[in-house]
Amino acid sequence: MSTTEQPMTPGFEVDPAAFRHLADAQVNVELDTGDMILNMGPQHPATHGTLRLVVRLDGERVVAADPVIGYMHRGYEKLTEFRTYPQVTTLINRIDWLSSFANEVPFVHAAEQLMEIEAPPRAQYIRTALTELSRIATFLLFLGEMGLQVGALTPAFYGFRDREHVLNLIEAATGGRFHPNFNRIGGLKDDLPWGWIAETRNVMKIVLDACDVFEDLVVGNEIFQARTRSIGIIPGELGASYGVSGSNLRASGVDWDLRRDGAPYLAYPDLDFRVFTHPDGDSFSRYWVRLQETRESARMVLQLLDGMPAGPIMAKVPRIIKVPEGEAWVETENPLGQMGYYVVSKGATGPFRVKIRSASFSNVSILPWMLRGVYVPDVVTILASLYFILGDIDR
Amino acid sequence: MNALAVEIPWGVLLAIKAVVILAVVPLGALVLGYTFLLKMMSHMQSRLGPMDPGGFHGWFQLIGDGIKFLQKEDIVPAEADRRVFALAPTVVVISTFLIFVVIPAGPRLQVANLDVGVFYALAVSSLSVIGVLMAGWASANKFALIGALRAAAQLIAYELPLLLAVVGVVIQAGTMSLQGIVSAQQDGAIFGWSGIGNPFILTQFVGFLLFLIAAQAELTQTPFDMPVAESELVAGYMVEYTGFRFLFFFIGEFGTATAFAALAATLFLGGWSIPGVHGTAADLLGPLVLVVKLMAVAFLMFWVRFTYPRLREDQLQALAWKVLIPVALVNVIITAIIKVAI
Amino acid sequence: MADLATLTSRITDALGDAVVDQGEARGTLVVRVRPDAWRSTAEIARRSLGFDYLSFIAGIDWMPAPVVGLVEGDTSTPAQPSDMTFGVGGSAGRFQVFAHVQSTAQHTGVTFRTDVDEADPRVESWVSVYPGADWHERECWEMYGFVFEGHPSLRHLYLPSEFEGHPLRKDFPLLAREVKPWPGLTDVEPMPGGDDEAGEEGAA
Repeated sequence: MSTTEQPMTPGFEVDPAAFRHLADAQVNVELDTGDMILNMGPQHPATHGTLRLVVRLDGERVVAADPVIGYMHRGYEKLTEFRTYPQVTTLINRIDWLSSFANEVPFVHAAEQLMEIEAPPRAQYIRTALTELSRIATFLLFLGEMGLQVGALTPAFYGFRDREHVLNLIEAATGGRFHPNFNRIGGLKDDLPWGWIAETRNVMKIVLDACDVFEDLVVGNEIFQARTRSIGIIPGELGASYGVSGSNLRASGVDWDLRRDGAPYLAYPDLDFRVFTHPDGDSFSRYWVRLQETRESARMVLQLLDGMPAGPIMAKVPRIIKVPEGEAWVETENPLGQMGYYVVSKGATGPFRVKIRSASFSNVSILPWMLRGVYVPDVVTILASLYFILGDIDR
Repeated sequence: MNALAVEIPWGVLLAIKAVVILAVVPLGALVLGYTFLLKMMSHMQSRLGPMDPGGFHGWFQLIGDGIKFLQKEDIVPAEADRRVFALAPTVVVISTFLIFVVIPAGPRLQVANLDVGVFYALAVSSLSVIGVLMAGWASANKFALIGALRAAAQLIAYELPLLLAVVGVVIQAGTMSLQGIVSAQQDGAIFGWSGIGNPFILTQFVGFLLFLIAAQAELTQTPFDMPVAESELVAGYMVEYTGFRFLFFFIGEFGTATAFAALAATLFLGGWSIPGVHGTAADLLGPLVLVVKLMAVAFLMFWVRFTYPRLREDQLQALAWKVLIPVALVNVIITAIIKVAI
Repeated sequence: MADLATLTSRITDALGDAVVDQGEARGTLVVRVRPDAWRSTAEIARRSLGFDYLSFIAGIDWMPAPVVGLVEGDTSTPAQPSDMTFGVGGSAGRFQVFAHVQSTAQHTGVTFRTDVDEADPRVESWVSVYPGADWHERECWEMYGFVFEGHPSLRHLYLPSEFEGHPLRKDFPLLAREVKPWPGLTDVEPMPGGDDEAGEEGAA
């Protein structure tokens, strides 16, 4: 089976005219067809939300692609300037709505750093467990839904089915499947319910089994491999200069995980976990890396449950939170990539400026470079493998 | 008409045959659609499928859907070519009806016993390509156009493996007439033992696989559903069709699936025949036997549909031209050699 | 993070006189450079200091927002500062642009900051150094009005092309609060069958 050729070297300048001739190479050269401009989105099943990709096509090959974003821009950075800190956590839940607990963590951490308080160990462990559970939930959706984008109908259902177990856990602990708004500055809102730990152990077994199923059903499938190998290769250094992060960058061979390498946060220093990289940098490797990370997250959750300390879940915090003047930058390894908040505070009850560094924004910015010369079906595969969330791009 | 000593006038017979064909296609689409699309796919995906309409496991769902489609507003895009837009589903469905003309359901139960039955069936099945192209062009929609062009390339490419897969059967049976092929299987013998006749799937196993793969591609089903790539083109060439026009496409898709399954059952599994059963008994049992066999083949086709991802256009073209056709040619040559030598 | 001093000295040595000031914010080192050395800072950062990862480029407006619709004693809207103060490393004026870069190999990062002239907001573009700066600079331009010189196509990213104004500037009103002030503490219906207290605070 033939595969799409991809320019492999970063900085390789591509002349679109050259690609046009490549497409014509098999047919009569006198047949010089014109380009067609196709609008994929904003309503399109492949674009995961309201992303609009204006592509110029030559037959089935993309000559140029221009993503148009902002259909879901909610103006978070402006809104945060007029909200108190607890109100901001309600907002930022909704940036990456599939792993919403993980969005709150860096912001709350930044506020706690500025206030010079630390959440008690039990709260840190529970926060870590819930973050890893959100990671599992997001990745299970990804594992199923990438199969769907490539054409297999069934893995999507398996992904959703297994994700329900994790969402039930999050709901039992926080009260909400999505947008839990469970973090408080200084700790958490509530302690875990009775029986949650035992139930989580069961669910982690289910998750590990589900990963095996996905490995058999999707990764082992020859057609899936033919559709994803060598498609959408991101060279590691180019990806880094674009700001591509998370599993996307690790799938290009860059060994960098903020849980292990960044400033210590939450309970990660106490955990023993592996970081997976893959040398290829294509869509298949991005799928593979996320599959392994799902398994690793499940094991991390089990470690957290084993080592869960007792104690309070909230530090001593005044009723009305006033964060002292200062600036803080906290970045975390969110499921979608590196998420960071640069919080500038002037001593009021709300922040002065919050710069939200969202992972998908940078992940999607590499699309114009990546989509030159690929086929239309490969566009879908590449979009699926980058795994962005529109709320994360558009904030 | 030995047992029924009734002389049916030619006109009435023609009318009966027409009604049967017109009924079989939607009925086949209904049964296949419900069993495989709604129920089998659901169970494979750990869910139940429709359970409420009609009470027992939602058997009424598709009929209800059909009624719903019929009473929907007829929306034609403003820039569409109205006449071509309206004709396209008709062309697709007509080709389905025409295939059923030669499929026998019993020794005397067929609309026309053509000497060139197989040739005719495969020829009319390729008429649907025209309908697909008409639909894609007339929709005035770039996604539909892409889908239609992909379909044209794919359907034409997979005609050849389909045909060559059947050539082996024809060589073995010695006739192109479908009734003749069924008789050859019913009365044949494997190394002298005629217990199960001689179903050509045993000797033409390669041909059977090729036929299934090529039929999957002719029906634009995954892994060959580039023309209707759900996650890219949403519905490909059918995207602008709503209401009863879409119903035509749906009936065409599942009716053709029934037709191809019936063809496969006839060519490779012995069709309506059970060895040893002849005459009126065969006339009565024949349709049931054919239905059982075609459901078995359709099960295989739909099982593959719900499991595999889809191949990209260049990959499926490469599969057709570089893999399937050489294998089919080799199969034909070997069959011919064995037929002449043994 | 342990050898922050080493990192600081490495950066200040490499940048030389481009550094105007530096300071430490929680979690990152902030180095303020001269506006005309903005691009060369990026080049030095990427090529010699090994910061190959661009995290973000953003702007900041130090002017306090005009107070709108604030009810006395209402704690559900944060009080805006009354006068303009600057952050780590100081600032020459109202606008600044700041960028965070990291090293994937050494796992360190630094924030660079530079001033932007209020009357003529021009900044050197980083696109030739970090290709990913493309979108960040487009967003910065549309939100603050900074013109990035050398950017291939400075057009709107989030907002429609006919949008007027630069939303993240402090004098651009947050319309909701101007049209209708935050209701603050509202009366809460008592739960049926019991006399419940109204919520403690309208906010948290």
